[in-house]
Amino acid sequence: MRPEHKPKIIAFCCNWCGYAAADLAGIQRIQYPDSLRIIRVMCSGMVHPEMVLHALNKGADGVMIIGCQLGECHYIDGNEKAMARAELIDELLEDFGFENDRFLITRLSSSESEQFARTVGTMHKRVLELGPNPNSNQDNGDTP
Amino acid sequence: MATPDEHNRRLSDRRAIHIAYAQAVPLTYCIDSDLCLHLNGTGHCSRCSDACPADAVDFLMSAQENTIRVGAIIMAPGFSPYNPQGKGSWGYGVLDNVITSPEMERLLSSCGPTSGRLLRPSDNRPVKQLAFIQCIGSRDPHPCGHGYCSSVCCMTAIKEAMIARDNDCELEVTVFYSDMRTHGKGFDRYFQRASDKQIRFTRCRPHGIEPAGKDGALRVRTINEQGRQLEETFDLIVLSVGLEIQEPTIQLASLAGIHLGPEHFASTSSFQPVLSSKKGIYICGAFSGPKNISLSIEQGSAAAAAAASLLMSRRDTKTRKLRLPPAQPPAAAVKTGVFLCHCGNNISETINLETVRKQISVLKSVSHVEEVLFGCSQDTRELIIDLVRSLGLNRIVIAACSPKTHEALFRRTIREAGLNEYLLEMANIRNHDSWVHALDPDAATDKAVDLIKMAVAAVMLKRPVTANTAAVKQTALVVGGGVTGMTAAINLADQGFPVDLVEKTDRLGGNGLNLHRTWNGEHVPPYIKKLQAQVLDHPGITVHFCATVLDAGGHAGNFHTTIRDHKEHRRIITHGAGIIAVGGKRSLPDEYGYGKIPGVVAAVEFDALHIYNDIRVSRGSSFVFIQCVGSRDETHNYCSRVCCTHSVQSAIELKKEDPNRQVYILFREMRTYGLRESLYNRALELGVIFINYEQFGKPKVKSHDEQITVEVWDHILHRPLHIMADMIILASGILPNPDAGRLASLFRVNIDEDGFFQEAHPKLRPVDLPTDGLFVAGLAHAPKPIEESISQALAASARAATLLSQKEICLDAVKAVVDDKHCDGCALCIDVCPYQAITPLETIDADGEQHKLVAVDTMRCTGCGICQGTCPKRAINVVDFTYEQLTAKIEAALN
Repeated sequence: MRPEHKPKIIAFCCNWCGYAAADLAGIQRIQYPDSLRIIRVMCSGMVHPEMVLHALNKGADGVMIIGCQLGECHYIDGNEKAMARAELIDELLEDFGFENDRFLITRLSSSESEQFARTVGTMHKRVLELGPNPNSNQDNGDTP
Repeated sequence: MATPDEHNRRLSDRRAIHIAYAQAVPLTYCIDSDLCLHLNGTGHCSRCSDACPADAVDFLMSAQENTIRVGAIIMAPGFSPYNPQGKGSWGYGVLDNVITSPEMERLLSSCGPTSGRLLRPSDNRPVKQLAFIQCIGSRDPHPCGHGYCSSVCCMTAIKEAMIARDNDCELEVTVFYSDMRTHGKGFDRYFQRASDKQIRFTRCRPHGIEPAGKDGALRVRTINEQGRQLEETFDLIVLSVGLEIQEPTIQLASLAGIHLGPEHFASTSSFQPVLSSKKGIYICGAFSGPKNISLSIEQGSAAAAAAASLLMSRRDTKTRKLRLPPAQPPAAAVKTGVFLCHCGNNISETINLETVRKQISVLKSVSHVEEVLFGCSQDTRELIIDLVRSLGLNRIVIAACSPKTHEALFRRTIREAGLNEYLLEMANIRNHDSWVHALDPDAATDKAVDLIKMAVAAVMLKRPVTANTAAVKQTALVVGGGVTGMTAAINLADQGFPVDLVEKTDRLGGNGLNLHRTWNGEHVPPYIKKLQAQVLDHPGITVHFCATVLDAGGHAGNFHTTIRDHKEHRRIITHGAGIIAVGGKRSLPDEYGYGKIPGVVAAVEFDALHIYNDIRVSRGSSFVFIQCVGSRDETHNYCSRVCCTHSVQSAIELKKEDPNRQVYILFREMRTYGLRESLYNRALELGVIFINYEQFGKPKVKSHDEQITVEVWDHILHRPLHIMADMIILASGILPNPDAGRLASLFRVNIDEDGFFQEAHPKLRPVDLPTDGLFVAGLAHAPKPIEESISQALAASARAATLLSQKEICLDAVKAVVDDKHCDGCALCIDVCPYQAITPLETIDADGEQHKLVAVDTMRCTGCGICQGTCPKRAINVVDFTYEQLTAKIEAALN
């Protein structure tokens, strides 16, 4: 691991839970690693598997999808559909030679700000252990 | 200054200046004037006002008296949890590890004092043996308790037990209860799941808790079902405390001049469940009796409907309309303006905005960067409008706080500047950056640059979007002419919305025609007569008798439903909203010799025999009620909710007529919930004998020489008991309407496992169906007594009126849009759409070639984008969140 490596993690947060939990973490001044770059989506089910791959191809050291708790989805069961897709994403990453640990899908409710910060911390540690994404800071290949 | 945090039930501390709780609205700090040194006069502290960059702390603010003139008042003061301190032998307040159910709620909460870990208050050790004791302060006629049932505590205990078990599968959980009152929709299944999860339910009421040794363990003496005394020890005991009305609410009621019942709950009639004793004052929620979240929400809507009908003549007299300049089409070249908000110093203290400004200014599409002290202040909003106009900015990025709280405000601002409101993007450099990386300003500054670059990259790709509007047909269709349907129709028509009421039979009244008396003794038949007359005489209501729904289509604001009426005429009714109130059906028993033994009758039949003083009733001396017939069994896995109360009521009548009669009630759980418990107590006083049986030890009914005998296992004597009976009354349950499945598929909504209509959300949207503009009420939703059906009818009516009171509805523009060039009609999006908003479409182009596509019904689409996440061709995109915009953000973040 290069000491100067400052990882970047792309996090797709659903508008209703993940994003709201991140907002609340701010209000409560809970500190967490600065590697996170949140992209707001309406539902975790909105995130296309290829979008995850694209982020890794473009050099993200990790990608997270944060949706609502089971039964709390604003769109009936979008979070379950996202969970079902996660397996496909794992396979996709394996095919393209990315470590599975670079991707994490998780569920939070909007009030779980501490849990949010803890999860970010865990993911941050994971990508530090994995070392930099070979694609980081260079444009290797494109997403099919 | 620290003080116990009331929200965490005093299990943790808070400061004098604090946020009440994570979901508080508004989510802002407030000062506890009793604790604040400045305000309570014990010191000269003004640290908070010195630190506040917005000068938002005003110590001179004081309570003000305002007079508001209104036409109606809705009172929703709620309840207080029973405080068991010093009452009974529970040791609450003395033994550290005895807590109440609201405290348990906080211990289990991930934002609570232990971050969701179940730790003993005495020593913070993880809990290994947990027990719940039910009915603390409820079903307790002693002076320190309440005689009524609090109705919600059984479910609360099960829920808390389930969460605790989910967090720790080694945890041993026991619930000591008297009757498991899980009488709500789907609650019995939840109870079964809890039993499957190895949560032990013991039917026993312990008399007290005592310390076991000095390490904080607790001892409880119980009696098991074999009658043997046991001693058990636990680490933590939760007292399931009841609901009560306390002094401030009693005073409020006396100020308002409304009548309260014996236990201080507001008195209401079953027929007007949200009207207080005083005209124009409506009540809802636990104020009129213990109730759970969904019932309280229903009553909230119901009170609104009742008030709206009273104030009908004043509707829209105080509405003001916003006038806006026409939106200009943006020029071809993208000119982005970026506003960097200091948020006082919330952002600028951590993030070096000067560095940010330099790095953002050089971006190609950015033509102007402006630093502002408070982006949301009135003068900054005017500055934004000026700059949009003077510099010709056509994309705006606001780098400030969360779009969840401020996007609407900034959209309105740029719209006022004549720019399309969707040409905006916010970068959340406060909540997601300066506040959470306060210790590393350099990193926070780098991140802010990234976040703004992401917003700039996405906003470039945005195009003006016009939100569609749809005209609303301001009429309603009510399917079902029972008490529920009639109540909803009358309320809507009284609010000025014409109603078509479709009734399957040739008579209004539905199942209500079989009812004689409500639980609190009000006579039903005259009330039904009154409703029938009101419906038939109402100029706003058209009744279609002997009518069936044949087809349904359209969307909120404009449905068209085809019906066939008694003259075999087909007609299409167009309506803006629909209420499904098709009711249920009584179940016909197929056990206990029903239909074969003359003395065995169903409850509805018994009522009729009783009223007409049939000889079998008048001369009878021994009556046996058997509960849960056609309810809570393998084929009908739900509680019918009304039968326990009904049997107890009949038993009381029989005893009152002749105290020498032997009256038995064979029950599984006695569910005289809420204030109905008074009937159960009365029956016990009158000597009605209650005998408990289990699902797999049902009573046996035999008939020999016109003598009926019931055999039931007696739990106290531990041997079978033989009862000679003149009549056996079967408390038969409520079935769903057999036509519900067909209607549900016509209206594109769902029925649940038991065949009742499935609401959009069991707690928060109890009368909404998943299709906007359609609502459900009454027995069509689940078994319930008449006053709850009336509450639901009014609630559905209120929900429908929020739609019908608008001439047109503005649809959110954030919806899925199909790219016709790339869509190949594979239909994967159709399968995943939760709202059935996508349909296949075939088109023929100019060359006569056929194309398969999909079409999105913008009325049904909610913009969730699950289709976008599924489409292999990237041919379906949600406005504001397109694949292109999201990838642009990814790339901007990583470059």
